[in-house]
Amino acid sequence: MIRCFDDSMKNLTIKQVHGGLVKKKFTCEKLTQYYLDKIKKEDKKINSVITVTADLALEQAKFVDRKIAMDEEIGLLEGVPCLIKDNILLAGVPATAGSKILENYIAAYDATVIKKLKEAGVIFLGKTNMDEFAMGSTTETSYFGPTHNPRDIKRVPGGSSGGSAAGVAADFCVFALGSDTGGSIRQPASFCGVTGLKPTYGAVSRYGLMAMASSLDQIGPITKCAEDAEIVFDAIRGQDDKDSTTVPNSRFQIPDSKKIRIGLPKECFGEGLDGEVHARIREAAMKLAEAGAEIKEISLPHTDYALAVYYILMPAEVSANLARYDGQRYGLSVRDRAVNLFEIYAKSRGEGFGNEVRRRIMLGCYVLSHGYYDAYYKKAMQVRSLVKRDFDKAFLDVDFILTPTAPMVAWKLGAIVDDPLTMYLSDIYTVSANVAGIPGISVPCGEAHKMPVGLQILGRPFEEKNILNLAKEFEKL
Amino acid sequence: MHLSSEEINHLAELSRMELSDKEKKKFGEQISSILDYLDKLRAVDTKDVPPTAQVTGQKNIWREDEIKSCDEATRKRLLDNLPEREGDLMKTRAVFG
Repeated sequence: MIRCFDDSMKNLTIKQVHGGLVKKKFTCEKLTQYYLDKIKKEDKKINSVITVTADLALEQAKFVDRKIAMDEEIGLLEGVPCLIKDNILLAGVPATAGSKILENYIAAYDATVIKKLKEAGVIFLGKTNMDEFAMGSTTETSYFGPTHNPRDIKRVPGGSSGGSAAGVAADFCVFALGSDTGGSIRQPASFCGVTGLKPTYGAVSRYGLMAMASSLDQIGPITKCAEDAEIVFDAIRGQDDKDSTTVPNSRFQIPDSKKIRIGLPKECFGEGLDGEVHARIREAAMKLAEAGAEIKEISLPHTDYALAVYYILMPAEVSANLARYDGQRYGLSVRDRAVNLFEIYAKSRGEGFGNEVRRRIMLGCYVLSHGYYDAYYKKAMQVRSLVKRDFDKAFLDVDFILTPTAPMVAWKLGAIVDDPLTMYLSDIYTVSANVAGIPGISVPCGEAHKMPVGLQILGRPFEEKNILNLAKEFEKL
Repeated sequence: MHLSSEEINHLAELSRMELSDKEKKKFGEQISSILDYLDKLRAVDTKDVPPTAQVTGQKNIWREDEIKSCDEATRKRLLDNLPEREGDLMKTRAVFG
């Protein structure tokens, strides 16, 4: 758990910022300037921020300060500085998604989560680095260069929300937003030693999030503690006319503190799991058992297949979603060397997309193409049903499932950049939650090889409150 | 599984992406090895298992088919992103011919 210092602006949580502003320990402008200075000075080594929105942030901060000066009441998130992953649209500000093809793109409108955070009075410090179009597990596929892990700058921060996780870990902001399609919030949170929540599919509007795999994508908070994750989650969730997959508030479950039956899936503690990481997760389970939780071994028989399901469904959806980058309406458009419309498409996309994105688009076209659809895409959708059934069945006996967030700690930059399959295997414990649509959080649980280890807590759909309560209890142990 | 050069050319065309010969060779090898990994799904018995496309259980959500306008600043930002324009119109190459 991150320790907080009362009398300075270091490592503040949301409630500490709120207290500081209300008690006039510091002004919002001073706090905002503190983070902007820190980013300017320290981000040269980390490279977590692509665009700094200093003017916007300071203007917002002055507005909050005027309210406080007039003794107006302010909300809990009002005046709290944050960073936003660069695939989420903030009107009038560049949104690159870490890609050359969107290098000069300016977001035309606000994503629903941004609209909600603006209404809550949050301060926007800038946009964070990420794997190109959120495709990658290290933030090394970004056109704007890799992000470095603040805990050891020779190592990757994880990905794809690596800039957001590194930004929170380096204390460049109070919290950040990320997006999670197969683990892209939880895995970097784990690698950087911070907290990351992937909500249930349908909990948070995806309007204004650049679509990667529409049936899997969710936006969620990356924070310094579980309480902050809860505050941000409450601010951004809810039904939205602009995203028809969002659900009414009545679907969210009221927390039930009596529920503390925890399952450890045997499939997540076998081959490929680092020994020290394994030890930290077992110790975490022991601590929870000593605190009164009932721990039992469970089985999720199709766990081993979830990654293969993911690497069929995700590229298939990617190949369709990224068809919009056509060099016609926005983004890179190679026209001078193109003799016809097809060549504008082919040159703009061929030159605008990086290796990982092009690989996944081609893989997606393959699994959807005539003759292969049944063998790959349909088969994957069927196995998806089986993965979901595994969870439905497990959650009859237990209230939570604990796993490592990733099978290893953050590795060295450049170690596996040209070995896609090995990189994909780092998502093995996180993808199941996206495939089944259930919520999950990664919370810090000690170190292995001198790097942070993340404990993943999974729960039933729309039981974020229970997960967050368990995470808060775990932080106290 | 090894993708032939014809298959890679076909995928590049379907993907609307111009690739160099070196890129075609590299992506071909990498995609082939990923497909080998994905073949493990063949071992799963999926007889009578319905496919899941999305998990919310929601059915079709309808809205009126009507135009919703946006404010002038948003409109300007949308138009300013056009790579080539004539007035407020997007300019492109001929679709036919």
